[in-house]
Amino acid sequence: MNDIEKNKRREFVSELMNKYVPDRTSLLPILQDFQEKFGYIDEYSQQLIAFELDIHPVEVNSVISFYAFLYDKPVGRNIVRICKNIVCEFNGSKEISDAVIKEFKINPGETTPDGKLTFEHVNCFGLCDKSPSMMVNGEIFENINKESALKIIKELK
Amino acid sequence: MNKLFERKNRTGPVLFSEYEKGSAVKKALLTDRDDILLEIRESGLRGRGGAGFPVSVKWMLTAAANSPQKFVICNADEGEPGTFKDRVLLSEYPELVLEGMIIAGYTVGARKGIIYLRAEYSYIKDFLQSKIEEMRSDGNLGKNICGRKDFDFDISIRLGSGAYVCGEETALIESLEGHRGEPRNRPPFPVNTGYLGFPTVVNNVETLASVPHIINKGGEWYHKFGTGKSSGSKLFSVSGDCRYPGVYELQWGITIKELLDLCGAENTKAVQIGGASGICIPESEFSRQISFEDASTGGSVMVFNKNRKMIDVLQNFMEFFTEESCGQCTPCRIGNVKLLEGVNMIRNNEYSLEYIEKLKELGETMKIASKCGLGQTSPNPFISILNNFKDEIFGMN
Ligand SMILES: Cc1cc2nc3c(=O)[nH]c(=O)nc-3n(C[C@H](O)[C@H](O)[C@H](O)COP(=O)(O)O)c2cc1C
Ligand code: FES
Repeated sequence: MNDIEKNKRREFVSELMNKYVPDRTSLLPILQDFQEKFGYIDEYSQQLIAFELDIHPVEVNSVISFYAFLYDKPVGRNIVRICKNIVCEFNGSKEISDAVIKEFKINPGETTPDGKLTFEHVNCFGLCDKSPSMMVNGEIFENINKESALKIIKELK
Repeated sequence: MNKLFERKNRTGPVLFSEYEKGSAVKKALLTDRDDILLEIRESGLRGRGGAGFPVSVKWMLTAAANSPQKFVICNADEGEPGTFKDRVLLSEYPELVLEGMIIAGYTVGARKGIIYLRAEYSYIKDFLQSKIEEMRSDGNLGKNICGRKDFDFDISIRLGSGAYVCGEETALIESLEGHRGEPRNRPPFPVNTGYLGFPTVVNNVETLASVPHIINKGGEWYHKFGTGKSSGSKLFSVSGDCRYPGVYELQWGITIKELLDLCGAENTKAVQIGGASGICIPESEFSRQISFEDASTGGSVMVFNKNRKMIDVLQNFMEFFTEESCGQCTPCRIGNVKLLEGVNMIRNNEYSLEYIEKLKELGETMKIASKCGLGQTSPNPFISILNNFKDEIFGMN
């Protein structure tokens, strides 16, 4: 990472330290905010955050690795998550996932080489009454089918 | 307003009945704390997150604890597959949830409330925040609530980051403290040693939302609904093979058959009650009641018709548990993998019935030996589906 990028992250981390009480209880909101801005939490920034909160960097990494929605590696510009719990599965989510896998040539958990798309499976969004369901960059889509899902994903920038 | 947050035309005996915003907080703050505890005790209200612990006992223990700080946590992690009733409460009846938290805070002597909202519901966060601010400007939240000089209470929202186990109350607290969401040993319970070591009430969204109605109409009124040991109403999240999936507010004690009729289910083979960690009920038992005494649920009711294969259901659930086990304790970390392997053996017709029986025994061991509720309940579908659908599953190849 070059110095300009490092500076950006350093500045943002110090903003976050002002926004939150700078102690360990703020670790998750800090990581969430950081990720929202930079997409993932790189090693350099993990160390910055650890230093500011006075904890070991391994602790920060360990927390990131625990939570499915936190990333320590680059992800795509868009994150598409499809529910794979049984209600959605029986309503056709598997076929939708298969179509995404085929169309974009990625497996769940992977990112397309052009960095446009990360695709993931999720266990129940709590939208089972509007199943199958999908989440794109935090926005929810209900009662999707193969065609509508692919259309939504293709239109992403 | 965003149509997600518009209140639908819902009816029900308690939660979906008429409610005047702010009325319960006003009334509660004029009531003695001990009288609120008695009222809650009389209502018989039990936790709606799944375990059914009596609310009055939890609150009494927290109220009795001598501590400079206490907390009220609203568990909005709603991760049990097939559950979405808390989503409806948070997005259509937020005032009930927030007021329930305030009343809990007043009763136990807490000044801070935290809503732990699952990451999958992050789209509700701004809406909830706006409701919190509305209450603050109405004087129902913040300093000197309703003009009472001795009562301050405020609520903040924290987001989860995608971990089912964080719905377990001690894992939730770990997560709030900035750690991996790994459950703690219990005891000590959060009522003594909770968030940051202080006495803490952790209650489910629906539990808290029931409180304002109990305050307004009384414990005796509430107790009239439901059955003796399961008093009041319950929200059921009904999904799967039925014409009208959705959230229903009904009385405890309704039979599975009655619920199936209501939601327009036909040709039903099985009903999974209580989510992935619940039990799977075959047609021959549809006369069973949904209640703490019989078939208990935190809200999830998944309907499967006769075209569905039960081995698919079981495989889906066991994959879920192997992914969501936090890995701290061996029975759960290894046990779920072994049970899933067993499911795949059955699929591939590479099993002996003797080994499957061994796996069921392993499941029984997991129920006893696992550290938290995840591993203690994850064998439920394995055992109940294999027992109740023997013919279909073992005769299938
Ligand atoms: C693996 C696991 C997941 C849980 N998930 C939730 C949940 O999403 N929401 C919830 O309210 N309770 C959940 N619970 C139950 C909580 O530990 C706790 O009992 C509950 O929040 C207490 O509130 P109540 O008494 O009002 O139900 C879960 C328990 C376990 C073991
Ligand atoms: S099963 Fe897919 S949202 Fe619940």
